[in-house]
Amino acid sequence: MSKSDDKAQTVSEKAVEVSSSTRQSSSSDEGSGGIVVLFFFIGLAISLIFGWMIFPKLLYSQKKQPINFSHSLHNKLVSNGCESCHFFRDDGSYSGVPKLAQCVGCHEEVQGDSPDEIEFVEKYVQKGIEVPWLVYARQPDCVFFSHAAHVKTAKLDCKTCHGYIGESESLKTYYQNRITGYSRDIWGENIAGIKKNTWDRMKMDDCAECHQKLKTSFGSVQTQKEGCFVCHK
Amino acid sequence: MKIDRRSFLALGVGVVAGNALSPVPAILTDDIAIWTQNWPWVPVPEIGGSAYADTTCQLCPGGCGISVRKVEERGVKIEGKKDHPVNNGGICALGLSGLQLLYGPTRVKTPLKRAGKRGEGKWIKISWDQAISEVAGKLNDLRSQEKAHTVAGISGSSSGTMTEIFRRFLTAYGSANFFHTPSIQDTYRLVFEFMHGKKADPGFDIENADFILSFGSSLLEGWGPPVRMLKASKKWKDTATKIIQIEPRLSRTALKAERWIPVTPGTEAVLALSLCHVIIKEGLYNKDFLANSTFGFEDYKAKNGEIKKGFKQLVMDDYSPEAASKITGLDPAAIILLAREFAKASAPLAIFGKGQGILPGSLSEAMAIHALNALCGSINRKGGIFALDVLENKELSEVALDGIAEAGLKQHKLVETPHNSSGCLNQAFSAILKGNSVNALLVLEANPLYTLSDSKSVKDAFDRIPFIASFSSFMDETAQYADMILPNHIYLERIEDVPLSMGFPKTVIGLSKPVFKPQYSTKHAGDTILLISKELGGSIADSFPWKNYEACLQHVLSDKMDVLKKKGFWTATDSFPDFKNAFRTASAKFEFQTDSLSSDLVNVKIEGDETYPLVLIPYETIRLSTGYIANPPFLTKAVEDTILKGKDSFIEINPKTAQASGFSEADMVLLQTPKGQARVRVHLEEGIMPGIIALPRGLGHTAYDNYIADKGINVNQLIGPVNDPVSGLDTAWGIRAKLSKA
Repeated sequence: MSKSDDKAQTVSEKAVEVSSSTRQSSSSDEGSGGIVVLFFFIGLAISLIFGWMIFPKLLYSQKKQPINFSHSLHNKLVSNGCESCHFFRDDGSYSGVPKLAQCVGCHEEVQGDSPDEIEFVEKYVQKGIEVPWLVYARQPDCVFFSHAAHVKTAKLDCKTCHGYIGESESLKTYYQNRITGYSRDIWGENIAGIKKNTWDRMKMDDCAECHQKLKTSFGSVQTQKEGCFVCHK
Repeated sequence: MKIDRRSFLALGVGVVAGNALSPVPAILTDDIAIWTQNWPWVPVPEIGGSAYADTTCQLCPGGCGISVRKVEERGVKIEGKKDHPVNNGGICALGLSGLQLLYGPTRVKTPLKRAGKRGEGKWIKISWDQAISEVAGKLNDLRSQEKAHTVAGISGSSSGTMTEIFRRFLTAYGSANFFHTPSIQDTYRLVFEFMHGKKADPGFDIENADFILSFGSSLLEGWGPPVRMLKASKKWKDTATKIIQIEPRLSRTALKAERWIPVTPGTEAVLALSLCHVIIKEGLYNKDFLANSTFGFEDYKAKNGEIKKGFKQLVMDDYSPEAASKITGLDPAAIILLAREFAKASAPLAIFGKGQGILPGSLSEAMAIHALNALCGSINRKGGIFALDVLENKELSEVALDGIAEAGLKQHKLVETPHNSSGCLNQAFSAILKGNSVNALLVLEANPLYTLSDSKSVKDAFDRIPFIASFSSFMDETAQYADMILPNHIYLERIEDVPLSMGFPKTVIGLSKPVFKPQYSTKHAGDTILLISKELGGSIADSFPWKNYEACLQHVLSDKMDVLKKKGFWTATDSFPDFKNAFRTASAKFEFQTDSLSSDLVNVKIEGDETYPLVLIPYETIRLSTGYIANPPFLTKAVEDTILKGKDSFIEINPKTAQASGFSEADMVLLQTPKGQARVRVHLEEGIMPGIIALPRGLGHTAYDNYIADKGINVNQLIGPVNDPVSGLDTAWGIRAKLSKA
């Protein structure tokens, strides 16, 4: 008899043993099925509670902006809407968050008596230090995004991507992803990734959604479809 | 009810199932993907507005205009400046790599004082005040001991306000021992001094010449402003310009030339004079120019009444194609054909100087080639060579000299030659080795330990100098071997005038402007010298009345400064110089200097005897920076595997020569010359004359940083200087060598 035959026999003997023992236990421990199901649901609940409630809190650290800022207040004072401060440079590039130099025009001296204003002037304006604003909408470095193409050419409204931030009274807490270092606004407030508005999240799918629908810029000449190089240069 | 193993298994299954229904896997996968695509340690320029700032490149003597693209304060790219007379928007690979010199780890970040042994690399950081007072203290001590003349200075450049200030400082201090890193410009200045009777720089009208005879000049590999040359070469095809390249190795320039003429190296002058022979014999010379504007063509009576042989007779007697054939190794028929072609071209131009013009070369050879140009009237003419007057800037006021300075200046100089000796740097170091004492050496933007031939002797001479201070921005070989470093701003951080583009047919001054704030605690060398002179006080301080270097520059270039600041460059005139006042010799004509063309002078011998059967020649490529500026890593990346692989240098050798010694491709061999030895690899190359081996310049740095050092062999350490009998400048174009199995 060969060795493999030996093994086969041993395995089949074991299989017989196992099946007999199962029979014995099931007949002796009735009702233990309920506890198994209970444990399954306990495990399920732990995971779901962790995944949906604890994990998001662990994933993002909360940061306060260096000073508070009211978009709504400033919006009332300027003539050209968002572009008054978030303007396009002469070369067509987008200035993004204003630099101190733009603020100094009005804020060389303390305006009004809000503590934030006093702090801003004393801490930053007088010392000539740039405010280290945390930018909610900043895309990762591997993404090329041109405001000019979207705002000037495609005539998109700021709200389409940024929502009603221009009407906000104060700056919301900045949630920073501990792994990537980027803002939570990219993934979106809703941890499941569900969005109600176009500005709720700004992942690749959200960009692609609009690009596919409008078919305005084809990245690939060969396939006449969106190419990777439109955004990932 | 019993909790058993199955319950826990169920719990596990539940956890896994719950996990799958939670956002955790999707988010983690996504975030890790984002993280891997944006490694936090990869440098990314800060986000902000981009802008261009214009300045002038100083990485080679080309003087191109550059535009630096900056994002906020970070430089991201250097581009060529549009509408600049030299490069008009183009840029070479070295210029492009400049940002690596700005941000690279080789920078000297603060004044340093040597702590360990010389060259050991142990430094203590000191303050600027301490550095300046220590240098001034040292110099003051020497002065009080009446040893002012034992202080020497080396500048990397021979012109510009910075060099002027440095020279002025030494004069006011009491030393005439000012030197600069020599180049072909020194030889050309002597050619013009002898033959034109004036101080001038050469300008080659490459764009309008139709027959260019290059005696080994690497026209397309970094000669002159490289961008200008590459632009000109594109037009040569349309204009049917012929380039004839005379050199022992099939360089890139030779490859692109109409014809490659390999001659025995060192015999180029004989070939030039032999071409003159044919041109005169066949009456192909420019009779008009020779009759009206030259002196010494026919036999003439010297001042002492002696009848001297004229150029015509000298050439007819000694340089027949047959005689030249034996020396140059060329067929007499080839010489005759070349001479006819050259003389019959409408705008022929002969260019002297091997490689990029790093070495001064033989004065006799330069004069022989210049005589060839004169014979065809290609002087100060469209498509020819122009003698561009050296700019006379507004003089700095008279140097104030006290008793010590006057005494010091009367002392014996390190190098005494009948001509301006400041380019005879090799001789200065051999004088030190012969026992002339130098007690302090100041080095400005020069790296003699690397760039001079016979590096070992230079180092030995350094060992005899008790105090060496360097103003280098980089930890180069000389700075590393100094006692104190007072780091200068680099070219992108400082204001400076950049005079003359080598070989450019117009006089151009560029302005280097600070494009970046100083990255480290460095100081403009001009300001450092001013501060040292203030510290020394007395007549030295009086010689520098300006509040800083910029004020001095404003004073010197007062009439040009507005244009310089506005346009970034200043050009002398748009029209080419003509024959009016062209020659300021005794005869007021072009003079053939036959004394300098005797057969014992025109053949430049090199070091070594018959025990060394081969001849080693250095060569230059556009992909290697050879001077004070070390090769930035970007540029080294572009060097071919047949020049440098890993840390090994390759020698070019003809397969026949290699076969005779039993070497095959990539063999490691021991290269020996009378000056030193090195282990190199063999690269077989049909395009090099048998019996000759070639090594590139620009490799083999031992200092700087890990990205620059230890790559290949420095050819300068294998070659010894050969001093020109007339000019005293280094003329060595090679050295005898031998190879053995390593």
